[in-house]
Amino acid sequence: MAKENFPLIFERSQEGRTSYNLPALDVPKVDLTEDLNDVYVRKVDAELPEVDELGLMRHYTGLSNRNYGILSGFYPLGSCTMKYNPVINEDVARLPGFSHIHPYQDTKTVQGALEVMYDLQVHLEEITGMHEISLQPAAGSQGEWTSLMMIKAFHDANGDHHRDEVIVPDSAHGTNPASASLAGYKTVEVKSNDKGLVDVEDLKRVVSDKTAALMLTNPNTLGLFETEIIEMAEIVHGVGGKLFYDGANLNAIMGYSRPGDMGFDAVHLNLHKTFTGPHGGGGPGSGPIGVSEELAPFLPKPVVREKDGVYDFDYDRPESIGMVKSYYGNFGIYLRAYTYIRTMGPKGLKNVSEYAVLNSNYLMRNLEEAYELPFTQHCKHEFVISGSKQKKKGVRTMDIAKRLMDMNIHPPTVYFPLIVEEALMIEPTETESKETLDQFIAAMLQISEETDENPDIVLEAPHKAVVGRLDETTAARKPVLRYQKEVE
Amino acid sequence: MGFRYLPMTESDKKAMLDSIGISSTEELFSDIPKEVRLNRELDLKKPVSEYELKKELTQLAGKNADLTAYSSFLGAGVYDHYIPSVVDHVISRQEFYTAYTPYQPEMTQGELQAMFEFQTMVSELTGMPVVNSSLYDGGTAVVEAMSLAHGQTRKSKVLISSTVHPEHRQLVQTAAKGQELEVVEIGHKDGLTDLNQLETELDENTAAVIVQYPNFFGQIEPLEDINKLIEQQKKTMFVVSSNPLSLGYLTPPSEFGADIVVGDTQVFGIPAQFGGPHCGYFATTKKNMRRVPGRFVGETVDENGERGFVLTLQTREQHIRREKATSNITSNQALNALASSAAMSALGKNGVKDMAKLNMQKARYTKQKFEELNIPVAFTGPFFNEIVVKLSKPVSVVNEHLFDKGFVGGYDLGSTYSELENHMLIATTEIRSKEEIDTFVKEVGDING
Repeated sequence: MAKENFPLIFERSQEGRTSYNLPALDVPKVDLTEDLNDVYVRKVDAELPEVDELGLMRHYTGLSNRNYGILSGFYPLGSCTMKYNPVINEDVARLPGFSHIHPYQDTKTVQGALEVMYDLQVHLEEITGMHEISLQPAAGSQGEWTSLMMIKAFHDANGDHHRDEVIVPDSAHGTNPASASLAGYKTVEVKSNDKGLVDVEDLKRVVSDKTAALMLTNPNTLGLFETEIIEMAEIVHGVGGKLFYDGANLNAIMGYSRPGDMGFDAVHLNLHKTFTGPHGGGGPGSGPIGVSEELAPFLPKPVVREKDGVYDFDYDRPESIGMVKSYYGNFGIYLRAYTYIRTMGPKGLKNVSEYAVLNSNYLMRNLEEAYELPFTQHCKHEFVISGSKQKKKGVRTMDIAKRLMDMNIHPPTVYFPLIVEEALMIEPTETESKETLDQFIAAMLQISEETDENPDIVLEAPHKAVVGRLDETTAARKPVLRYQKEVE
Repeated sequence: MGFRYLPMTESDKKAMLDSIGISSTEELFSDIPKEVRLNRELDLKKPVSEYELKKELTQLAGKNADLTAYSSFLGAGVYDHYIPSVVDHVISRQEFYTAYTPYQPEMTQGELQAMFEFQTMVSELTGMPVVNSSLYDGGTAVVEAMSLAHGQTRKSKVLISSTVHPEHRQLVQTAAKGQELEVVEIGHKDGLTDLNQLETELDENTAAVIVQYPNFFGQIEPLEDINKLIEQQKKTMFVVSSNPLSLGYLTPPSEFGADIVVGDTQVFGIPAQFGGPHCGYFATTKKNMRRVPGRFVGETVDENGERGFVLTLQTREQHIRREKATSNITSNQALNALASSAAMSALGKNGVKDMAKLNMQKARYTKQKFEELNIPVAFTGPFFNEIVVKLSKPVSVVNEHLFDKGFVGGYDLGSTYSELENHMLIATTEIRSKEEIDTFVKEVGDING
């Protein structure tokens, strides 16, 4: 593919071109400067591009051709659950009765929207085994933080002001400690053992009467089920702490096990992972939370409630931590998740987890000879292999990732979790066929062979991308964050 | 019945089990302790066929009064604007909407370039040199501005005007509890921030002063005067939450010494969709660059010297900094930022100005019509596209009447400002016709008596 510059939309701009068509001014024109001090009237126009409609559409179509989506090919990005995003979801979210309603309309005029929210809450309560759900958080990290703020409010209400520590496994995603800090907590790390699971002895050492909560992903970021979860819950609850479940990996266990039954007090979900809200190139997401009965009074307000078939918002929650996101969260994503859950039903969702786990184990067992597998037990929906063997031959995990691009495969998550050297974190999801999985295995084995026989082809990859490897160091050292028109 | 999203066949399943060396998928779940296994089927609604589900959801959507069928004068932070048709066609490209965050730049140049263009457009409108690639929404962007100001100044008092969106103030209050910050709300006078109270409260412990421009009542806050007060405290940051459409006509906050400008680009190409997802933006000075939350796209070159784009300055972010990160934010609103970029590109340099002016013209006409009916307009200062009228009846009563006549009426200010009972906040955007305005005002007059 030709590696050539693709113009910025500003570089396509020509004075006098336009692609907008506003309604004409049909009221008597007044002088706007009459009531406005001249100092507040903009003197220099914002330099937005001037393009015609075809020019605009070609520009964005061209950009889309320089991007890669799930319909482009296999996307085994670990911990991101890049499953198929059903197209019916997009149709539903665009129904005018859903997309063109205002959050401050009288609730009597938006009963259909409230019904969707309420029924989604009911479904998520059952899937997670939690007492009550709030859909409000905008994304997973906000769901984490919201849960911690509720746990803090709970401890404060009990006079436990001295609890200032949150325990986080060393394999945890970086958002966990960051969310803990923003909730005003210190982070204490608990180590993993040689099986890739939380070291229960170490957990016993780090808990104390200062423990506010343990944040845990189960299955964890290595794709492994924390088999000692019951004991861990007892240890944390034993010192008066709470258990928070990071729902990033719920796709592994739907219909098999529920965080509520494992002893978790608060849970967040990523509707954009497990429940097919598309990732959108980075968002919008949606991060509902579920809580035990004990924590329910602290949920963000408002909460949707139903009485005699009429839906309403409940603002009368005196112990609520308050609002965490304007209006009612990301409603547009609820519609997609709800449509998906209603399509799959209970049996379908269990099949989702069954096949996600089967696909993942199939890949793992077919790659474990060529690549180092640090933890050998059955995995759940994802697994982590190490490029350590290849590294000895001079090929790094990043090189493997770039070489996959030549085979039209999006690379797995790389260099995470931090506790595995040269990590490749692979999550196939249930929506991929055996043929696709076999192609991926073949690709990975080919790269392993190339590492032995022709490492340059790997080291110089990608060969087919629209750009070569990019200089990220200079980008960070001398940041250029916007276009500047060259002065002629 | 098979599931159309699950390609697994019985023969594939058998072959895969054989390859793994097990006889059933149950073995893969045997590590889940039986005490926490769910030994029954989930109690959820049974699956529905595609046709029936679409029918059911279309009926549910039909229970909502939507803004394409009703004529809306409701704003209060979410606006009914012209959305160019190109927008939905752009964001419906699967390469954009199904993709993940562009962690592998060689494969995601399209997304990265689109975000770089978004950053440039918001920079042009706000006048600020450093813009990130979006945040959740305008409200959470205000919270992030507070956090940055606190982190940068190490001061813990925050002054926020009561003319800032009431929900944004609530978000600030919630987040302040986690960071142990003191939040002081500054009252309003004549629809604007009370400058005397601001001056009294502003002291050397103040991390930030947060105002909205135009403010929640639609009034244009005197940023020049506010900045003069803030300048007396050397470190205090001036945070301005701003409707970016208004900046097509108004002087950008950068001209008045703003340190951080935030807001929501919902006005550009994003439907109301019951309040979310919308799209927050975060714009600031070069000095604050390394503390900005969320993602930046930067320009660089590849090994052949060709231009390319990457996520940059990532050392600020949670996946590297963990508990020392400047924010816990992972996702942004990339798809909605793309929608806004497409809308801003369609409008372009002249369109954004024309659209802003059209809003101001129509809102002034609405104001004039109310004055002709002797319904008092509460605040008399300069304004953008919203006005406040004082009614003689509860806003809910007036709105019920309006709804029967095909209108979504304005926002009940009494619900959040006890001193503004029976006051309605009315937005007039460029898509409201003279006929709609005339009828709307007449109907308000009829019921108001």
